[in-house]
Amino acid sequence: MSNNEYTPGPGHYVAPLEETPLAAVDAVNVDEKPSNLWRDAWQDLRGRISFWISSVLILLIVIVAIFPQLFSSVDPTKCDLQFSNQGPSEGHILGYTKLGCDVYSRIIHGTGTSVSVGLIVTVLVFGLGVIFGAIAGFYGGWVDSVLSRVGDIFFSIPYILAAIVVMSQFKAEDRNVWVISLAIGLFAWPSTARVLRAEIIRVKQADYITSAKSIGLSNFKILMRHVLPNSIAPVIVITTLSLAGAIVAEATLSYLGVGLPSTIMSWGNDIGAAQDNLRNSPMTLIYPSIALSITVLAFIMLGEAVRDALDPKARARR
Amino acid sequence: MARYIFFRLLQAIPVLLGTTLLIYFMVFAMPGDPILALFGDKTPTPAQLEALREQYHLNEPFIMQYLRFLGGIFVGDLGTTYSGQPVISVLQSTFPVTLRLALIALILETVFGIGLGLLSGLRKGGASDNIILAFSLLLISLPIFVIAFVLQYLLTFQTSIFRPTVGEGAPWGDLILPGIVLATASVAQIIRLTRTSVIETMGQDFVRTAYGKGLSRGRVIPVHILRNSLIPVVTYIGTDLGVMMVGATVTEGIFNVPGVGRTLFQAIKQSEGPTVVSFVTVMVLLYLILNLLIDLLYAVLDPRIRYVK
Amino acid sequence: MTEPLLQIRDLEIAFKTQNGIVQAVRGVNLDLGAGETLAIVGESGSGKSTTATSIINLLPGTGHITGGSIRFDGRELTSLSRKEMENIRGREIGFVPQDPMSNLNPVWSIGFQVEEAVRANGIATGRKEVKKRAIEVLKEAGLADADRRMKQYPHQFSGGMRQRVLIGMGLAANPKLLIADEPTSALDVTVQRVILDHLESLTQELGTAVIFITHDLGLAAERAKHLVVMYKGRIVEAGPSVEILQNPQHPYTKRLVAAAPSLASRRIQSADAQLAELEVSTQTGTVDFDLVAAAAGRAELKAKQGPRPNAIEVDDVTKVFKIRQGSGRAVDFTAVDKMSFAVEKGTTTAIVGESGSGKSTIARMLLGLETITSGDIRVDGESLAGLDNKGLFKLRRKMQPVFQDPYGSLNPLQSIGNIIGEPLDVHKVGDSKSRRNRVNELLDQVSLPKAMFGRYPNELSGGQRQRVAIARALALKPEIIVLDEAVSALDVLVQAQVLQLLAELQEELELTYLFITHDLAVVRVIADNVCVMEQGKLVEAATTDEVFGNPKMEYTQRLLDAIPGSGIKMGL
Repeated sequence: MSNNEYTPGPGHYVAPLEETPLAAVDAVNVDEKPSNLWRDAWQDLRGRISFWISSVLILLIVIVAIFPQLFSSVDPTKCDLQFSNQGPSEGHILGYTKLGCDVYSRIIHGTGTSVSVGLIVTVLVFGLGVIFGAIAGFYGGWVDSVLSRVGDIFFSIPYILAAIVVMSQFKAEDRNVWVISLAIGLFAWPSTARVLRAEIIRVKQADYITSAKSIGLSNFKILMRHVLPNSIAPVIVITTLSLAGAIVAEATLSYLGVGLPSTIMSWGNDIGAAQDNLRNSPMTLIYPSIALSITVLAFIMLGEAVRDALDPKARARR
Repeated sequence: MARYIFFRLLQAIPVLLGTTLLIYFMVFAMPGDPILALFGDKTPTPAQLEALREQYHLNEPFIMQYLRFLGGIFVGDLGTTYSGQPVISVLQSTFPVTLRLALIALILETVFGIGLGLLSGLRKGGASDNIILAFSLLLISLPIFVIAFVLQYLLTFQTSIFRPTVGEGAPWGDLILPGIVLATASVAQIIRLTRTSVIETMGQDFVRTAYGKGLSRGRVIPVHILRNSLIPVVTYIGTDLGVMMVGATVTEGIFNVPGVGRTLFQAIKQSEGPTVVSFVTVMVLLYLILNLLIDLLYAVLDPRIRYVK
Repeated sequence: MTEPLLQIRDLEIAFKTQNGIVQAVRGVNLDLGAGETLAIVGESGSGKSTTATSIINLLPGTGHITGGSIRFDGRELTSLSRKEMENIRGREIGFVPQDPMSNLNPVWSIGFQVEEAVRANGIATGRKEVKKRAIEVLKEAGLADADRRMKQYPHQFSGGMRQRVLIGMGLAANPKLLIADEPTSALDVTVQRVILDHLESLTQELGTAVIFITHDLGLAAERAKHLVVMYKGRIVEAGPSVEILQNPQHPYTKRLVAAAPSLASRRIQSADAQLAELEVSTQTGTVDFDLVAAAAGRAELKAKQGPRPNAIEVDDVTKVFKIRQGSGRAVDFTAVDKMSFAVEKGTTTAIVGESGSGKSTIARMLLGLETITSGDIRVDGESLAGLDNKGLFKLRRKMQPVFQDPYGSLNPLQSIGNIIGEPLDVHKVGDSKSRRNRVNELLDQVSLPKAMFGRYPNELSGGQRQRVAIARALALKPEIIVLDEAVSALDVLVQAQVLQLLAELQEELELTYLFITHDLAVVRVIADNVCVMEQGKLVEAATTDEVFGNPKMEYTQRLLDAIPGSGIKMGL
């Protein structure tokens, strides 16, 4: 029997050693670059086109929101009925609204409203969601039962419906960006809290939590140092996505007429105001719709890129 | 199973009380005066105000108002609209229309959502997967009223494929376009969720074992992959009904569908505060009941839930 | 010469990954005659499962055969169409997967899943016939009350019963070949033995050829006449089982034989342990760790020392959990029932038991992670029951745990340096500079390079993580280490290495170990004393030699019998 070729059969075969040289058991490789979850996620994000497209878009949107004057010198509130529904002309590239206002300028100045509502709601939802979710998930027991039931109640009222009720209690002149953000945020947090709670309950089972208890770390420190950092990833994802949701909610409420008053620039208002003339001058409705959709698209794209980067399981799904 | 249903119903009671209480509390605690808001920019006379307050029991303490409402639900009294009609009779005429619309939308979104999601998941990474993903991303980014207006403009004003608004009695045919609009709001999410779920299920050990015991692909895909992937999708459809309520309000308003949504839509447009509250409450109750049904369906789909003691 | 039932030649399998193609199996040759049994042995990543599953084209994910041939019963399998392969699976080649928990579809009843297999393989047609045959299949697999349980769902079955269902389905169509991929590794040892015995008698009766995949050399030798040892995608040694165990030739096989606890415990047990040890070490020469040698070393050490004070005294301890039922009623569940034992300083006591025996609850009570319902635990004479938070905090410096799951026991977001140094930080030991020095010292003690300091757990292998966990446990210079299944999840060689490290550390630092495990074989090589637990009760407590040499209780004997490989003559 040859020693190089395995001839199956009853014989005793031994592979030549040089074919599979024996490696040290459990050798440590110190040459590779250090990595951890956040660093890996960033590496992954950097390689995604969707991340760059959405980031550039969002950057642009934020700049427009902060410095609208840079992009349009026309006063969006200076309207003249003689231009009502007129098409594009010199200096007014997107034409006029029914009331004779400059469409382009109104879109530019409406950006700030959408972005600030989005941001305020997101901060609110993140804050409420993290506090409720963390306490319920980490402390468990009756605290969890009470908080979860409260969350269930808020969760059972679709947040736009709730905002409709809240907003309809205000007179038009009392409504502003803060009021509408509160109305949306107050009912949008339970999903964030639920996600965090579930994640914390999962992380709490990990042996490194027991290990932290065994060295005598206090509960609060365990929560802050070990549990929260390891359960925050899905919350970041849902928060980014909820920013898009908040922008849509504001536009919907404004479109319905329970959002911002007409004195505040808002894409939703503009769309609502243009709907009666859809047949004759569709573009006055379409332009703000495009602005709204692109903004929402940018935040959703960012959220999904972040989710895919943070969740190895999602990465495998690509 | 009976046990599960019983406990699920028991759990629903505090949530039901809680949500209605919350809505009433919001209305009560808000700084604005709903009666004043009714008049918009006009200034009512004190007598008018008093009469309206009486009519809506707004001069009673909060808890009394709430109990009155709660008691009303049990005897089918949901209050009266601004124009004096009882809410319940408005519901009787409008609810069947909305139900029809919702049914069309639900069928469309589940058929297309699950179908495209399954296709996309099974062909992960392929051309059809990428096209479906891009398409769903686009749909997610479009708010429902934008979709409604674009489709209304293209399919009715421009090409007259559909009638722009719904005719008398809301026949099924007229509801197709609003149904499509309503479905688009959720179909993209269902596509994505199904896709994710299918891909995850395909990686499960029991799928490999199913192939291992000699089953054909034609059997494994529906019986083991799709069946298991449906569980999270059904859960999603449950919570998504809330989005659908808002969607129905917008869609029915735009296409003039004589349903519950349009009534709310018009009440909002005309700043009829109390009517808005009544109808939102009705929708929330409906949402809770539907979610309860979805939960029961969930138990049918997943025996692990059914047998929890 | 007739062609064997299965003939694999020059098989090459590759996986597509982000970093290119990874070759998982290279140039594998195998022959298996009808009715024969062959075991493929190897560590994780050796390509053993990949080789076996490729036969019926069930490779996971992106894996595919890139070369070679698989001939089965006169047909080439690598070039079959999907349809043709579907006809082979189940009908001619059965498959029994590894994990009974995940291999049955949770949403379908057991009956449905068995009937489905029966129907797909054309064993029976017609609803009644199919059902009848399905019940038969389950009965043959050892489920006596099959007719009653057909309507039940997988979550209502225990792990062992699910595995029986899977075996039943694999053999339902009376295939010529059965591929059993670690069919019992997820089960308790005693259950494992019963099921393997059953599988063996079934396949012998039916004349089924079996490919048995396992990581346990002892188990493989016990269950198959022929062994194939795989390492890094290649076959390194193949031949008759007994011969390979007695006379391993390839250095890798030698390593495996030396490191397998089941074999080591057998060798220790054999009367001429001394001789065997001598034999092995002269034979192997370069073997870098040998469990027998390690065990012999500790025995010698212990003999020199004589009696010592107790480090841990567990006195009549009971733990009752309240289990909330759906209806809101709480039912008492006694996890630990009047347990008493003591651990001498500087020795190792193993608590052995199957799942649900309450062994981990003891560890958690000792660590102050769970309250004691009644009785007392004393550490260094200090009672745990009467301790306030401050006292407990101080006690924690004396006592540290190491847990099972190497992937869950380290915070993935902390650097290795911070993980090891955290106890020092919490207990405010020294300044940041001295803490850093201590961490470096600890890394050195567990033989990890200092460069590990700034790295993160996901860069480490399971064994390395376990070493980090040990370093962290040692940071506060404790006297007692509680090892809760600390080596159970590791591959054999890595396991041996960690056991060796533990033994060295014990000698060097005079540590007391409480070693919680389900694996009696490991106990043999590491423990001085053994407590056997069953359903919360202490069954037997004695020195390791006594328990292995002269077990008093029937349950202990059953556990001993269940150590894989206990049936083979080592001839050493």
